[in-house]
Amino acid sequence: MTTSTETIEQLATREYKHGFYTDVEQETIPRGLSEDVVRMISAKKDEPEWLLEWRLQAYRVWLTMREPSWGNIKYGPIDYQNIIYYAAPKQKKTLSSLDEVDPEIRRTFEKLGISLEEQKILSGVAVDAVFDSVSVATTFKEKLAGLGIIFCSFSEAVQNHPALVRKYLGTVVPYSDNFFATLNSAVFSDGSFAYIPKGVRCPMELSTYFRINAKETGQFERTLIIAEEGSYVSYLEGCTAPMRDENQLHAAVVELVALDNATIKYSTVQNWYPGDKDGKGGIYNFVTKRGKCQGVNSKITWTQVETGSAITWKYPGCILQGDNSIGEFYSVATTNNWQQADTGTKMIHLGKNTKSTIVSKGISAGHGQNTYRGLVKIAKGAKRAHNYSQCDSLLIGDKCGAHTFPYLEIKNSTARVEHEASTSKIGEDQIFYCRQRGLSSEDAVNMIVSGFCREVFRQLPMEFAVEAQKLLSISLEGSVG
Amino acid sequence: MLKVRNLHARVAGREILRGIDLSMNHGEVHAIMGPNGSGKSTLARVLSGHPEYEVTEGEVLFEGENLLEMEPEERARAGVFMAFQYPVEIPGVNNAYFLKAALNTMRKHRGEEELDAMEFMTLVRDRMKQLDMDEALLSRPVNEGFSGGEKKRNEIFQMAVLEPKLGVLDETDSGLDIDALRVVAHGVNTMRNADRSFLVVTHYQRLLNYIVPDVVHVLTDGRIIRSGGKELALELEDKGYGWLEEPVGTSEA
Repeated sequence: MTTSTETIEQLATREYKHGFYTDVEQETIPRGLSEDVVRMISAKKDEPEWLLEWRLQAYRVWLTMREPSWGNIKYGPIDYQNIIYYAAPKQKKTLSSLDEVDPEIRRTFEKLGISLEEQKILSGVAVDAVFDSVSVATTFKEKLAGLGIIFCSFSEAVQNHPALVRKYLGTVVPYSDNFFATLNSAVFSDGSFAYIPKGVRCPMELSTYFRINAKETGQFERTLIIAEEGSYVSYLEGCTAPMRDENQLHAAVVELVALDNATIKYSTVQNWYPGDKDGKGGIYNFVTKRGKCQGVNSKITWTQVETGSAITWKYPGCILQGDNSIGEFYSVATTNNWQQADTGTKMIHLGKNTKSTIVSKGISAGHGQNTYRGLVKIAKGAKRAHNYSQCDSLLIGDKCGAHTFPYLEIKNSTARVEHEASTSKIGEDQIFYCRQRGLSSEDAVNMIVSGFCREVFRQLPMEFAVEAQKLLSISLEGSVG
Repeated sequence: MLKVRNLHARVAGREILRGIDLSMNHGEVHAIMGPNGSGKSTLARVLSGHPEYEVTEGEVLFEGENLLEMEPEERARAGVFMAFQYPVEIPGVNNAYFLKAALNTMRKHRGEEELDAMEFMTLVRDRMKQLDMDEALLSRPVNEGFSGGEKKRNEIFQMAVLEPKLGVLDETDSGLDIDALRVVAHGVNTMRNADRSFLVVTHYQRLLNYIVPDVVHVLTDGRIIRSGGKELALELEDKGYGWLEEPVGTSEA
């Protein structure tokens, strides 16, 4: 074994830094899923009748659906009747300031380096912290409200802005969309809601930190973002989760709507518990994220850095409906140890002169399996549509795998579609070159990997890029040889 | 500063070095010459700690320390620099960023303050001027898309910034046109001083017109078969390597 292989393996044996457990009293409902459970969730949240009906329709469709099996991922059967579909930290009353947040929860955020005060003061980020299923703290609301921007938990939006929710909910991801999205539609607990009014440029990055905390609690987030004509918003989603032995299911739905000349940037750093080095435990992450460029000249950019989860199943896509609209997808996905990722995007070109860009960087180490799966669909009426796809894979060690499945459906002859793909192994000679210049193997690997991901990191807001780079090096620790 | 004793090394199970003895003092320039496959580059790689090469016998002392027990990065931090024959590309990693990380690692190792971006750029601009390098190369990814000559110049430039005690040049002259060769030689000559030594591995005598060595060694079949002054290189140019391979004394028989 060469020296660098040893280092890779040492790197891979490091432990997940965010694995701790917060002891907060949880309010839960019994295990399992039934119409009663759906009604119970809706009742606990005091939802209007139409929303309960929507959930129930989803539930009934879900009963007729089968879990998809086309993904290039392997996992044991999920017992949907053994999941608790709702958990909320017990709270005495509505909070009016951060000081009222449960100190235990506050400490957890601080351990993760997400001090709310610090963020308030330093970064100008409005944080809507979701602890398990219910929002416990929301900041900067007043400043945003002054501009007419609504940024709140999904539950609050249902109470305070029901017309908006009703108008857009399910318009991008219908409740019958797919097995996991439909499950989410039936039982979603909470999430974030943002509405940017006409012509407003949101002056700060909107941010939400999700955490899965209650033991064996499925997490079903639902997020809806609407950018009215000529508006702009950048939204950040970052996640970490404590260590667990049981596999935990996560099935989130995110819907974005961009109207004429509006731009939405949606950035994710996902660092959920990936399981231990033997592949035990870890989050199952089955997510449906989709944006609709409904208006002319609208633009949606998805940027994701996926370092966590035992299983990632996720295809943030764009429906390019408005003429001249633009969809972008920038992704870094790493799989180390026994992690599996099947991720990519869907770009659906409907309007004329629509343009999409896909840049996907997959990094596999340990026994990790990394699959890019992407669909580019150009409809009959999408004249002069243009897509550029670039899928690069980097392998670290010789037990991991990289797979690429690009799907193209082109129904208009004026379309221009370009696809580039590459697979490379992190070279012993690259590592040696760096070491000959005095850098440690670990620094060498981090440098090579971050170079590989540069095009994607460049898309992230500054403070997020730093965090992403840190997460990436943590997730590849012990991976390099 | 460098003492090599009875060094044997192999790669992929094949013995390449079969007992090298070499001694270098501070401030000296030694040239290693020899035909293809004689083990010249192997010697350079073994000295820098390339993981594919296995030392089976012998020892190497660098400034009195056992070099062979050190990891490649420890050797680099101790002051051994190798200018690669084939510098690798590191896509997406900015050349200046890479070099700054390397320099600061070494400075830290020596107990010196790390340089900030401003100080680093001042140093770098100075060295670039010396080597007639285009500043645009700094902001490009390490060696990516560089021409052969640019890569070699970049190696010498890195050496000029990192200021090692021992510079090992592994066939730096191969593939260089005469102008690039002059620039590279000028870079090395500027760095020559009473403390710093160079081991110049080359196939051709040409480079040694510009970097004039104190000692020339001829390597064939994994052994040094002849050492001498700079004239030896000229003689080789004249007669080729063949005449040296005849065992000493055959002419008398």
